[in-house]
Amino acid sequence: MFGTKIALSLLQKSFLPHPQKNAMRKIAIYGKGGIGKSTTTQNTVAALAEMGRNVMVVGCDPKADSTRLLLNGLAQKTVLDTLRIEGEDLDLDDVVRTGFKGTRCVESGGPEPGVGCAGRGIITSINLLEQLGAFDPQYKLDYTFYDVLGDVVCGGFAMPIRDGKAEEIYIVCSGEMMAMYAANNICKGVHKFAESGKVRLGGLICNSRKVDREADLITALAEKLGTQMIHFVPRDNIVQRAEINKKTVIDFDAAVEQAEEYRKLARAIEANKMFVIPSPLEIAELEELLMKFGIAD
Amino acid sequence: MTETIDLPVSGETFRDNVTKNYSNKLAKKRKKQIIVNQIGCADEVPEILANTRTAPGILTMRGCAYAGCKGVVLGPTRDILQIVHGPIGCSFYAWLTRRNKTKPRSAEAANYMPYCLSTDLQEDEIVFGGEKKLMAAIDEAVAMFHPKAIGIFATCPVGLIGDDVHAVARAAEEKYPDVNIFGFSCEGYKGVSQSAGHHIANNKVFTDVVGQLETPKEGQYRLNILGEYNIGGDAFEIERIAEACGLTVHSTFSGNSEYEEFASAHTADLNVVMCHRSINYLAEMMEKKYGIPWFKVNFIGVHPTAKSFRKIAQYYGDQALIDRTEAFIKAELAEAEKVRAEVYERCQGKTAMLFVGGSRAHHYQDLLREIGIKTIAAGYEFAHRDDYEGRKVLPDIIVDADSRNIEELSVAPDETRYSPRISEERKKQDEAGGFTYNDYRGMMPEMPVGSLVIDDCNHHELEALIDYYKPDLVCAGIKEKYIVQKRGIPMKQLHSYDYMGPFAGFRGAVNFYREIDRLLNCNVFRFAKAPWDNSPQLAATYVSK
Repeated sequence: MFGTKIALSLLQKSFLPHPQKNAMRKIAIYGKGGIGKSTTTQNTVAALAEMGRNVMVVGCDPKADSTRLLLNGLAQKTVLDTLRIEGEDLDLDDVVRTGFKGTRCVESGGPEPGVGCAGRGIITSINLLEQLGAFDPQYKLDYTFYDVLGDVVCGGFAMPIRDGKAEEIYIVCSGEMMAMYAANNICKGVHKFAESGKVRLGGLICNSRKVDREADLITALAEKLGTQMIHFVPRDNIVQRAEINKKTVIDFDAAVEQAEEYRKLARAIEANKMFVIPSPLEIAELEELLMKFGIAD
Repeated sequence: MTETIDLPVSGETFRDNVTKNYSNKLAKKRKKQIIVNQIGCADEVPEILANTRTAPGILTMRGCAYAGCKGVVLGPTRDILQIVHGPIGCSFYAWLTRRNKTKPRSAEAANYMPYCLSTDLQEDEIVFGGEKKLMAAIDEAVAMFHPKAIGIFATCPVGLIGDDVHAVARAAEEKYPDVNIFGFSCEGYKGVSQSAGHHIANNKVFTDVVGQLETPKEGQYRLNILGEYNIGGDAFEIERIAEACGLTVHSTFSGNSEYEEFASAHTADLNVVMCHRSINYLAEMMEKKYGIPWFKVNFIGVHPTAKSFRKIAQYYGDQALIDRTEAFIKAELAEAEKVRAEVYERCQGKTAMLFVGGSRAHHYQDLLREIGIKTIAAGYEFAHRDDYEGRKVLPDIIVDADSRNIEELSVAPDETRYSPRISEERKKQDEAGGFTYNDYRGMMPEMPVGSLVIDDCNHHELEALIDYYKPDLVCAGIKEKYIVQKRGIPMKQLHSYDYMGPFAGFRGAVNFYREIDRLLNCNVFRFAKAPWDNSPQLAATYVSK
């Protein structure tokens, strides 16, 4: 299988040590808009919670829909809205809601489309969460997940990977060309901040769109970037059905096969020891890859 | 008559030495901006690189587009209520720092200059957008003052978050149809200097203000003075002279001005331009749209003032006006001469350096010359090549990407209101006789051969200039003031005149003679010694445990 071969070639690259044991792992999920970041994040978080881990999810999207499945609905008051309404006198309890199996859920929030600066909002929000002690040891958090809108478009959206806010990045992608372009672009952002900080790329999560030879393609892309495809999540309509019911797959029906896929992804992340500074591809290289695996025949 | 100057260290040597510490690329660029003046036939001068980006990290003397638009061009107008959309500092630090004076016609007449209005943007508005707060500010302003006009000025953060000041202005105008409300996209980061802001201000004043009212002032010889900002009362002195000569100043852009004068400025018969850089756009556009001719004047120095008023009288061509002007000039010159002759004795042979503006570094050379002070180095902060070399180079100026970012309006004659004040034949006839229109000779043809011309000078170069040439006087802005004074050299601010003025016209010139005499001949700088001149340099070591 391709897995062994890739793993061997990757072993030769310089790996960085796994973040300190027992310390909270700070993970940010990036990827092209609409690729399924929020869905994948929440389903994975549900699997981690099922394993008994303490997890916090920080949604970094003005739409504030990153915790909907964990909370069984959009009941969340966002950090920025609360800050506006309550003023300076703000409590952590005002913005943190408890969701599926004790997961702690926060939404940054932000402006309506077309006004203001959502990026600045994320900076404000994350700084505020830190000041309020959202990541304090008393919560015994094993993981914090930042679910970030779209691409690394500006300084604000890069906030979770700046200054060690997040130390592990996973990029959700598929075999579709634009998703791969976006993944490569995000790697440029990670590369930039990795040189001056602790952030590293943990791998690509392939959220299948049923593209031909999708796993091969993403594995090859991962290899070129110097990372791994940490899991291949097959496409299954159960995800959609669970979503309509405002639930993660595990919450909706723990026995289905897709639930097991998310558990596998959760275990892979838990066991992951491969954290790299990615080497982004030139556009020509990326197109070559697509020719080889995708459109060529 | 061409003056020549022999510098103790040649300009070329200075240029080569001062650029030594720069990177190759920067040195190459700065060498095109540090020019040793030469004057050939027909005012031919060396080409200078101007209106280009400042090297990052250099302590430039420049300001920003917002400063040019809000601070310089619109700031001096008393009854256009000016709202700055941005954080409070942008508003406060552009609030009359140039000491523009104004004189409302009555105690009840509107004057908003003592007010500093800002939307005071907070982090919350940066995240969620500030348009609602801007609208609320307009509501509040209208309720409190009910002004005739409101100008909205965009600052950097507003541009970054995409607040649309023009859309808000339109919506506000619908709400308050009797208030003329307009916005300026003058975010500080635009262009390479405050020059971009001047252009933005000119465009908006032209499209949204000039031509709004048909209320000509009474008077036979009506003119607008463009590019005079009434610093320290300059415009008051120019108005005094104009009135005495029998002229009617319809409006001044924008010193001691009001909205209605701007709105009906197209009814005047002549535009004269003081500060060419900041306002030539408006002069050009008014000529194209309304047929008002313009020419350059200079009211700094008694002789340039006399020359300028003679030219204005000649334009109208009325012998009575010419005689009255001559008689007045004669009397004023005689008055000024008493002080000038005395000051000249004490100041002649001294040297000066001027780094200011887009016209001031040129204008003040005449005034200094009148008391025998030679300008050995001069330069502008934000001028373009035509301000140095003359408008003859306009066709050769390469429009770069930075300039293209600033809107250039295309103007056509107004269908009903275009009326050429003078015929083409008259214009040609005048020009054949040496009377120029649409002209600006530029600074370099009027500077001594061998003097230094430096565009966008910075603090490193200014300190080197002081070391090399030890000038007796430096004229620049507030950012330069204290580094010059700490060197024991008298310094005069020409942005705000420190705490004095006027310096324009006849009486202004006398003020300036006296002030420069006081600065150059007072003993205080001789007594001032820096601590390091008296005792060896302080040394310190780390104390270990």
